[in-house]
Amino acid sequence: MAFDYDKYLRPGKLPHIWCPGCGHGIAMKGLIRAIDACGLEKNNTAIVSGIGCASRLPGYVDFNTLHTAHGRGAAFATGVKMAKPEMTVIVVGGDGDGTAIGGNHFIHACRRNIDMTYVIFNNSIYGMTGGQFSPCTPTGALASTTVYGNPDPTFDISKLAIGAGATFVARTTSFHATQIDKLIAEGIQHKGMAVIEVLDDCPTTYGRRNKFRSVIDMMKKLKDNAVPVAAAAKMTAEQLEGKFLTGVLFKEERPEYTEQYAKVIAKAKAKGA
Amino acid sequence: MAKKVALLQGNEACAQGALYAGCTFFGGYPITPSTEVAEVLSIELPKIGGKFIQMEDEIGAMASVIGASLTGAKVLTATSGPGVSLKQELIGYACIAEVPCVIINVMRGGPSTGMPTGPGQSDVQQAKWGTHGDHAAIALVPASCQEIFSETVRAFNLAEKYRMPVQVLYDEIVGHSRERIEFPEPGDLEVIDRAAPSVSPEKYKPFDPSFGDVPPLAAFGTDYRFHVTGLNKAADGFPTTKANLVDDEQRRQVRKVDAATDIELNEEYLTEDAEVIIFAYGSTSRSARYAVNEMRKEGIKVGLFRPITLWPFPEKRIAALAQQAKAIVVAEMNLGQMVLEVERVAKGACQISFLGRVDGDPINPGQIMEKVKEVK
Repeated sequence: MAFDYDKYLRPGKLPHIWCPGCGHGIAMKGLIRAIDACGLEKNNTAIVSGIGCASRLPGYVDFNTLHTAHGRGAAFATGVKMAKPEMTVIVVGGDGDGTAIGGNHFIHACRRNIDMTYVIFNNSIYGMTGGQFSPCTPTGALASTTVYGNPDPTFDISKLAIGAGATFVARTTSFHATQIDKLIAEGIQHKGMAVIEVLDDCPTTYGRRNKFRSVIDMMKKLKDNAVPVAAAAKMTAEQLEGKFLTGVLFKEERPEYTEQYAKVIAKAKAKGA
Repeated sequence: MAKKVALLQGNEACAQGALYAGCTFFGGYPITPSTEVAEVLSIELPKIGGKFIQMEDEIGAMASVIGASLTGAKVLTATSGPGVSLKQELIGYACIAEVPCVIINVMRGGPSTGMPTGPGQSDVQQAKWGTHGDHAAIALVPASCQEIFSETVRAFNLAEKYRMPVQVLYDEIVGHSRERIEFPEPGDLEVIDRAAPSVSPEKYKPFDPSFGDVPPLAAFGTDYRFHVTGLNKAADGFPTTKANLVDDEQRRQVRKVDAATDIELNEEYLTEDAEVIIFAYGSTSRSARYAVNEMRKEGIKVGLFRPITLWPFPEKRIAALAQQAKAIVVAEMNLGQMVLEVERVAKGACQISFLGRVDGDPINPGQIMEKVKEVK
């Protein structure tokens, strides 16, 4: 039997705002399958976002949902998780939202290793505002604010997350649809900050401008340049030039923030008694 | 039984007031002269199983308290002028999404970094107009340590009752003064808890005006699942751009405060027969009270009007006093912010005289007496 997505969607809140060919829908379906696989209770799950195309996701899914201000998803989510650690907290959002205006909240959520799952939809562009370049737009690429080619160096979100202290970091793409749910599910089950970067495509404001003739061309690029971590281990630096790794990039066990704070409470209570 | 008393700093009294009101979550970012509020709560909250988090910046701090409030917690953040400026976008978020939270602003001078250890009263208009868009505002301005305690409790009550951010503004002098404070026993001061929905989860809509101008707010992690957004929205919480729904929603959120009768709180001292009325708040009002006593000895008919609720502005009472008095002298530690409000509501009925100071020193009684004596 086909997977029943309707069980997790809000009747009447579709169609979504995403353009034809956008990868966000594929990523959202992956997220729903992951939640189902983990057996999460709707009432006990909060899905938090910032502002942007990807950040509209919480409106479509039937959980405790919080669509916040631009870049602030991780900070709102930190408040939710701290106040109610028994809840499963998932943050979703785009690359501009998460690594530009929200960069500070993102790196500090990673540093704390607070138990949340941050799914970052990296389509290399600000889609909702019409295609301005983001910290993840490739150098040289065209955007509405880089018509002469993007002069900025590019963030590697996964490396940023690992460097900042996230204890589970994985990357996949909207082409690798069946891998999305597996990695998000692993992230949800991981105790600590899990970052899952989903490279996807924005045909409308990125592809069109950067000479991708079709959505299929964009998907093909994601397919051809993805190298699974295990395969990459056997490849030379030259062979890996221009490619990106997919799969679980980093995983370690380290004390989780709300558990650490529970120890603070225990100490304070013992002292107060 | 004798009340428990202590010698407390204003900021410490604020933290104690928050605990009395049932605060269980503090999210903040260090900034002078407000830091003692955070320091005390970092010690006290975990003792009762509450949470303290020092966030990465002021914006994150404001975000964290809104997130925590949505789980049902009573929440607080404390900051000062530059920090409030950074929080403004999210204060607006808390307005439109109707999320209860209390923001302490220990005022210093400005603009920008200004004088971090000097007092100011320069954020009083920021408390009303700081964020963008049309919205209601509640701001309280206590003038003593005891009053910081009670007004912090009242701020939580108003936040929970009207489902919105409430700001408590006091200047550095009040925040860092040490005074004797009497701790109220549980029950001495009213403590209001958030109204819970009375309908089934299926029928619950977080912004449904059929529940009244302040619809009940459910908590994340209960049977009530709902959507929260900073976008204009319909009763069910989902975005809309339908003109009538947007208009209704915006007007309801302003009306809930406009129509309230339990927010305004003032103190009047010898105003019955006063020909000159001093309008002063915070530490300035204490200098003003001293000045009133001195001038009464000289036979000058002068009184003090001290707002404890600054926003909404006490329009009716000031309008009435403007009819009665020859002049109102507005004294404040800025170059003229509340004087504009007094002028607005006095509508030319009496002379309005202004005394401002921005050099980091308090306005002293002598200056106020001099100003009052200039009134013709």
